[in-house]
Amino acid sequence: MFGRLTEDALPFYSEIAMAGAAVTVGGGLFVIAVVLWTGSLLYLWRNWLTSVDHKRIGIMYVVVALVMLLRGFVDALMMRAQQAMAMNSGGYLPPEHFDQIFSSHGTIMILFMAMPFLTGLINFVMPLQIGARDVAFPRLNLISLYLTAAGAGLVLISLVIGRFSTAGWTGYPPFSETEFSPGVGVDYWIWALVVSGVGTTLTGINFITTIVKRRAPGMTWMRLPLFAWTALCASILIVFAFPALTVAGAMLALDRSAGFHFFTNDGGGNAMHFANVLWMWGHPEVYILILPAFGVFSEIVATLSSKRLFAYNSLVFATVVIALLAFTTWLHHFFTMGAGASVNTAFGITTMIIAVPTGVKVFDWLMTMYRGRIRYQTPMLWTMAFLVTFTIGGMSGVLLAVPAVDYTLHNTTFLVAHFHNMVIPGALFGFFAGYVYWFPKAFGFRLDERWGTRAFWFWVTGFYLAFMPLYALGLMGMVRRLQHYDNPDWQPYLIVAAIGAVSVLCGIICMAIQLWVSIRDRDRWADTTGDPWNARTLEWYSSSPPPAWNFASLPKIEGTDAFWRLKERGEAYREDENVGAISLPTNSNDGIVYGALAFVFGFCMVWHIYWLALLCLGAIVAHLIVSSFRHPTEEVIPANEVARHEQEWKTAARAGSRYDGDPLCDYRTVLRKVPAQ
Amino acid sequence: MGGWLRLGFGPPCPNSVGRTIALVGVSVVLGSCSLAEAPLLHPSGPIAEAQRNLLFEVFALMLIVVIPVFVMAIWFGWRYRASATQSAFDPDWERAPVLDGLIWALPAAIIVILAIMVWRSTHQLDPYRSLAAAGGSTEVQVIALDWKYVFLYPKEGIASVNELVFPADKPVQLVMTSDSAMTSLLIPALGGQVYAMAGMATRLNLLADGPGRFEGRNALYNGDGFADQTFSVRAVTESEFAEWIASAKHAPDLDAAAYKELSLPGVLKKPMQYSQFASGFFQSILDKYASPLKMQQTPRYP
Repeated sequence: MFGRLTEDALPFYSEIAMAGAAVTVGGGLFVIAVVLWTGSLLYLWRNWLTSVDHKRIGIMYVVVALVMLLRGFVDALMMRAQQAMAMNSGGYLPPEHFDQIFSSHGTIMILFMAMPFLTGLINFVMPLQIGARDVAFPRLNLISLYLTAAGAGLVLISLVIGRFSTAGWTGYPPFSETEFSPGVGVDYWIWALVVSGVGTTLTGINFITTIVKRRAPGMTWMRLPLFAWTALCASILIVFAFPALTVAGAMLALDRSAGFHFFTNDGGGNAMHFANVLWMWGHPEVYILILPAFGVFSEIVATLSSKRLFAYNSLVFATVVIALLAFTTWLHHFFTMGAGASVNTAFGITTMIIAVPTGVKVFDWLMTMYRGRIRYQTPMLWTMAFLVTFTIGGMSGVLLAVPAVDYTLHNTTFLVAHFHNMVIPGALFGFFAGYVYWFPKAFGFRLDERWGTRAFWFWVTGFYLAFMPLYALGLMGMVRRLQHYDNPDWQPYLIVAAIGAVSVLCGIICMAIQLWVSIRDRDRWADTTGDPWNARTLEWYSSSPPPAWNFASLPKIEGTDAFWRLKERGEAYREDENVGAISLPTNSNDGIVYGALAFVFGFCMVWHIYWLALLCLGAIVAHLIVSSFRHPTEEVIPANEVARHEQEWKTAARAGSRYDGDPLCDYRTVLRKVPAQ
Repeated sequence: MGGWLRLGFGPPCPNSVGRTIALVGVSVVLGSCSLAEAPLLHPSGPIAEAQRNLLFEVFALMLIVVIPVFVMAIWFGWRYRASATQSAFDPDWERAPVLDGLIWALPAAIIVILAIMVWRSTHQLDPYRSLAAAGGSTEVQVIALDWKYVFLYPKEGIASVNELVFPADKPVQLVMTSDSAMTSLLIPALGGQVYAMAGMATRLNLLADGPGRFEGRNALYNGDGFADQTFSVRAVTESEFAEWIASAKHAPDLDAAAYKELSLPGVLKKPMQYSQFASGFFQSILDKYASPLKMQQTPRYP
C-alpha cells in the first residue's frame, strides 16, 4: 500500500538531522501560521499564487531561490565546520550525514537556487525589456513555477521523510545504483531534478517564443537589450540541454526501480555513458547560469557608468558563440576516465576557446567604464567584484582545461575552488546585482544602500577567505568530499575557509536586515519616477511597480537603449492620447494543480507507491486534456483606468525623483556634461 | 627546495595546537611552508614535474590577460568614478574597430599558443604512454575495492593491499580495474590519476626521481569509507624491493576466501601482504563484469 514507506523513514537516526527536519517543518508551519493569522490567505491566493502575471511569477521564483539559498548555505556552513574540525577525528557529522549534505548542497544551489533565481529575473525583466505585455504562454509560465517548486519541495521533504542522496550532486553510477545506494536518497535526487527539469524546459520554450514573437515594433535583433540576448541564449541552451538531464535521470531510475542495466557494473551496463549524458547537460548548464548574469552586468555597467555599452555587436556575438561552444566541452569533466590523448586534446582546446568570447566580454565591460561616470551603488559594487574575481576563476579554469594538469588537480579542492570561483561571482553576484537593481521596479522602492554595502563586503571577503585556501589545499593534494583527514598542514587552511563561510553568513544576515530596513523605510526609498537609476532600457519606461498590462502604449523602437533615446529627446514622459482598453488573461489554478500532482507523483516514485504515482500521472494527463477544451478567459481593463494610471505615473515622473540632487544618483548633473549637440 | 614560496618567514611547520592560530595568520597570508612542500608544487617524479612546469607556464601566459583586467578595473574604476568630474566623459562612445579587433585577437592569440602546448603536453604526458626504458618497468595490477586498493605483482607473484612498493629506478605501470564502484587512483607527488572502473582496464604510468615515500589515495567519492581509502607509496632500491617481495612470501595466500573477506566494505588499519594469487586473477575480476562478447576482445592479463 505504502511501498517502502514506514515509520523508519523519520529522521530519528541523528539529532542533527532531526533538528534540520524540525527547522524545515517548523519554518513551513510558521509561514502558514503567519498567513492565516494576518488573514492574507485570500490575498495571496488571488494576487500571487494563481496569478499569471509574469512579474509576479518572476518574484515568486526569486522567493523560492532565496529560501533555497538559505537551505543550501546551511549545508555549506555545516561542511566547512566539519572539515575545520575533522583533523584526526570524526568531527560532528558521521559520514552518511556529511555525504548527504554535500550532495544536497550542490543539487540545491544549482537546480533550486541558481535556476529559479535566473528564471525569476528573466521572467520579471525580459518581457518589460522587449516591450511585451507578458510572456508568450502565461499559464504555462505559472505551471513551470509550480513544477520547480515541486522539485524543491521533494529535496526539502527528503530531510523529514527518508534521506537524501549520498552520491554527490552529479550522482555518478555505479555508486548511485541500488547495489551501492539502496535507500531512497538517490531516488529523491532523480525525481527532484526530473520534475523541476520539465518545468525548466517549458520555461525555456516559453522564453524563446516570447523573445522571437513578442518584441515591440521596431525592436530588431540588433536592438535587443543585452539581458534579453543572454536570456534568449540561456533559454536555447535550456531547451537543448535539459532533455539530456531528464534522460540521464530516467535511465538511472529505470536501473534502480525496474532492473535495467544502463549504468550498472554487471549485465552489460556502462557507467561511463552516464558521465557523458550528464555532462552534456552539465556543461551547458554552467552557461545557462552564467549567461543571464552576464546580461545583468551588461545592463548595470552601462547604466551606472552613465554611458553606452561598448561594442554592443561584439557582446552579442560573444554571447552567441559562448552558447554554441557550451555544447562542445563536456568531456573536460572526465579527462581522467581513460580517453586517449587526442580526444582529451580536442576537448581541452574547445574549453579554452570559450575563454576568448568570455575574455572579450570582460574587456568590453571595462571599456564601457572607460570615460564614464561610474556611480558606486550596490549593483555596481557587485559588478566590480565580479570583474576581478571571475577573472581569477577563468584563469584557474584554463589551467584545469589542460588535460595533463587536470590529471593532478581533478577531484581535488582546487576544482571545487575553481567552479565556486566561476559560479559565485559569475552567476550569484550577478543575480544579487540584478536583485538590487530591479527591486525598485518590482516594488516601488529601492533597497537600503548602507546594509547592501555591508552585505557586499561580507560576501566578497567571505568568498575570498572561503575559496582561496581551497586552491592551496588542492595543490597540497587534498581531494574533495572528505569527511575527515589526517594531514595537520591542511587544517589551518580549512579553518580560514570556515571563517570565510561565517563571513558569508554575516553577508546573508545583512541582506535580510537590508530587506527589513528597506520595507520599514519604504517611503524614504520610494521611487515615483519608475526610473531610479537613470537607466537606458525599456523596462524603466513604466511606473514602479509596473501595472499588470506593463505598457499602455509603446514608442517605435529606433535603436538600442530605447528608453535613453526617449529621455534624450525629452519625449519620455509625454502624454499619450491614444490609450485603449487592454485585455489580460485571468488567474489560473492550473499551476497549483499540476505542481501538487507532480510533487505527489515524485514522492510516490521515490517510495515505490506505484498505484498512487500512476493515479497522479493519469490525473495530470486528464487535466491536460480537459483544460485544452477550455477557452482561455480574459479580463478587460477599461481605457479610462489605463489612462488614469498613465497620467498619474507620468505626472509624478515629470515632477522628478527624490534622488535628484543626490550626487551619486542624479544623472542630470551628469547629463549636463554632454557637449551641446 | 620549494623555497620560492617562502616569503621571509621560514620557521619549520609548528605542530602544536596552540600555534595553530599563529599559523593561520602567517602561513595563509604569506604562503606557508606547507604549501611550498605541497606534492604538486614539489613533485617527486618527472611526470609530476612536467605537469607542474606546465601549470606554471599556462599560469604565466594567462597573466597576460589577467593583469590588464586587474589594472583596468582599478584604474578605470577610480579614474571615472562619478565624483571625479574633471575626468573625461564620453557617454556616446561605443565603437572602436581597432580596439575591438585587439580585444578579440589578444585572447585568441594566447589560446592558439595554449592549444599547441595542450596538443604536445597531452600526448607527451598521456598516462597510457609507457615510460619503460631499457631497464623495463614494474607492472602492477590494481583492483579497487570498498575502501582499499589491492596491488597484484604478476611477475613477482605476490600481492599487497594499501601499499604500493616499486623499485625507484624503474617506471611503474599500473593496470587498474574496480570490483566495486568507480574510483580514481591519485598519487599527487608522482603525477596524476585515472579512474578505475569495473569491467574495464585503465592504465597509469608513473616514475619516481629516487627512493621516497608518498601518499596515494582514491580521489573519487565512493561511499562512507571514502576518506580512509588511502595507501602508502614507496619507491625503494632494488635490494629493498627484493626484501619486500621476500617478506611477502611468508604471508597467507590471496585465495578465494581471503579475497571475499577483503572485498567486504570496510577500511583497513594497516597494509597487508599476500604470498600468491591464482594466475589470471586480474582477468577474472574483469570478466566478472564483461559481457561474453566483450570478453573475447579484451586482452588477457596474466
